[in-house]
Amino acid sequence: MMADPTAPIITPTRVAAALLVAGVVIAFGFSANNYLLQAGTTLAMSAVLCLAWNIVGGFMGYPSFGTAAFFGVGAYAGGILQDAGVPLALAWIGAAAAGAMFAAFLGSVLLGLRGHYFAIGTIAVVEVMREVANNWEGLTGGAIGINIPILAGSPREVGIFFYLAMWALVAATFALTAAIAHSKFGFSLRCIRQNESAAHMVGIAVFRAKCAAFIISGLLISLAGAVYASMVAFIEPKDVFNILLSIEVPAMVMLGGAGTILGPLIGATIYILLRELVWVNFINFHSAILGIIIIAVIYLMPEGLVRRFHAQAWSKLTKRSPSQSGAGS
Amino acid sequence: MTDPTLQLEGLTRRFGGVTAVDNISLSIPKGDIVGLVGPNGAGKTTLVNLVTGFLPKSSGRVLFEGREISHLPPHLIARSGIARTFQIVQPFAEMTVLENVMAGALFAGQGGTIRQASDKARHYLEFVGLDRFSNYSASDLSLANRKRLELAKSLAMEPRLLFLDEVNAGLNTSELDNALDLIRKISSMGVTIVIIEHVLRIVLSLVKRLIVLHHGAMLSDGEPSAVLKDPAVVTAYLGTKFSKRHQAESEHQREKLQQSLERGQGPA
Repeated sequence: MMADPTAPIITPTRVAAALLVAGVVIAFGFSANNYLLQAGTTLAMSAVLCLAWNIVGGFMGYPSFGTAAFFGVGAYAGGILQDAGVPLALAWIGAAAAGAMFAAFLGSVLLGLRGHYFAIGTIAVVEVMREVANNWEGLTGGAIGINIPILAGSPREVGIFFYLAMWALVAATFALTAAIAHSKFGFSLRCIRQNESAAHMVGIAVFRAKCAAFIISGLLISLAGAVYASMVAFIEPKDVFNILLSIEVPAMVMLGGAGTILGPLIGATIYILLRELVWVNFINFHSAILGIIIIAVIYLMPEGLVRRFHAQAWSKLTKRSPSQSGAGS
Repeated sequence: MTDPTLQLEGLTRRFGGVTAVDNISLSIPKGDIVGLVGPNGAGKTTLVNLVTGFLPKSSGRVLFEGREISHLPPHLIARSGIARTFQIVQPFAEMTVLENVMAGALFAGQGGTIRQASDKARHYLEFVGLDRFSNYSASDLSLANRKRLELAKSLAMEPRLLFLDEVNAGLNTSELDNALDLIRKISSMGVTIVIIEHVLRIVLSLVKRLIVLHHGAMLSDGEPSAVLKDPAVVTAYLGTKFSKRHQAESEHQREKLQQSLERGQGPA
């Protein structure tokens, strides 16, 4: 973004907007029917995944298709811990820690790669993790999956609980994203995205910054995976290590605007709305229609909605051609 | 007796069978402005890459202000007070000019907050005369201004040793005069400067000491007029055949060849 980098992050307008959104989200949760509650929870989960992916894929510019790997690791870590009798909150914390450690290990290997090589490496990780989950029956229950204790309470209460939990995670992830975007760390990620050699040259600890971003992103995705596992109470390898998730998440972020703060939220919202609409109206070939929409959006608007609608203000700052003929003076 | 700013001891780098930098030893005192020259492929940029940590050395030592640095990664060398410009400019293309210079201020040297970095960046943009382009995207600048941006970014790191790698290449005459003035101003601030140039004429107006590399080895080191008379240097630039003739020619002819040498022309 081309905004003044020293401008304050917290302004009265933004606080008011955040409170308004929070109010709407909570009110919606308590008044919606079961279908809408479910859709709202799915939207929140997608938003968390998008915001988390954006740290690596957007700010840092590393095209990760590893979302499903972290999601699955979090889901299984949380589920296995819960099955072992660990309380819900601790199981989620454990899943987040497992995701962070997994990301640290994976990052130290994969972050030496760039561009297409990194992308393909992350795809391979999803496939490997699914096979591990399929075959390590002692730990994961193998291909038949595992059951996870269902929360006490009426289905409606449980639904609202997970709806609010997912949205709390959205709020935390969003706040973290905004803080990163305005920090030295975020600045270093943007430098890395644009020119890694130059980033070294100005004194950025490039590899350490890349690992940190990858760990934060992996931790958040795994946490979302654990909340999901507790919510659905049954997970299997082909569900939580699903490569489609790794593709949908970047598509949503690109729809909104990769590397922006609001883009992942807006992209997730529009994508999930579209998906529900298409699902309801074209039950037979919804996947095809959704695919066409994704391709159209990315082809016609690669910069994303956020930048498109900022375009006028933006172009004033960036596209104005400097009169440089006399610039030597 | 203070340590020299930069000291190389037997610095060597091999690429397979080729020795790109061959057993270079030299010492540069604080505040000097030194020209590092040599024909294409002499190993000038490789030498800078070794000192700044972009390439691992094969053997030898690099000491910065008396401290061994050749085992450090590039970002720590940058933070310790060594900055460089790249022969091919390396801006953060999607960032504004101001943000580019802020990157230099933010991570090297004293560091500080984003606001402090912004203030420092504005100062150095003014210093190089780019302040009115602060909000332009770096990719929108002309080549001359991108070279200045590179310079401002390096200066914002507040280095004590600055490598300028062909920072003047591709500039026209008036741009060149401005660039040379800037380099003199930076030198007068006490920064030790090593200026790498392919074209001798440019460095001669700036430096009191010239180091000539050829095939990775140190060919000559000393006061510019003496270095230019060094038969080994003449041979390297003009080739053996021309250099023999050169030695046999009269003083008048010698002057003429000297001039062509200073224009940076190699053998035909």
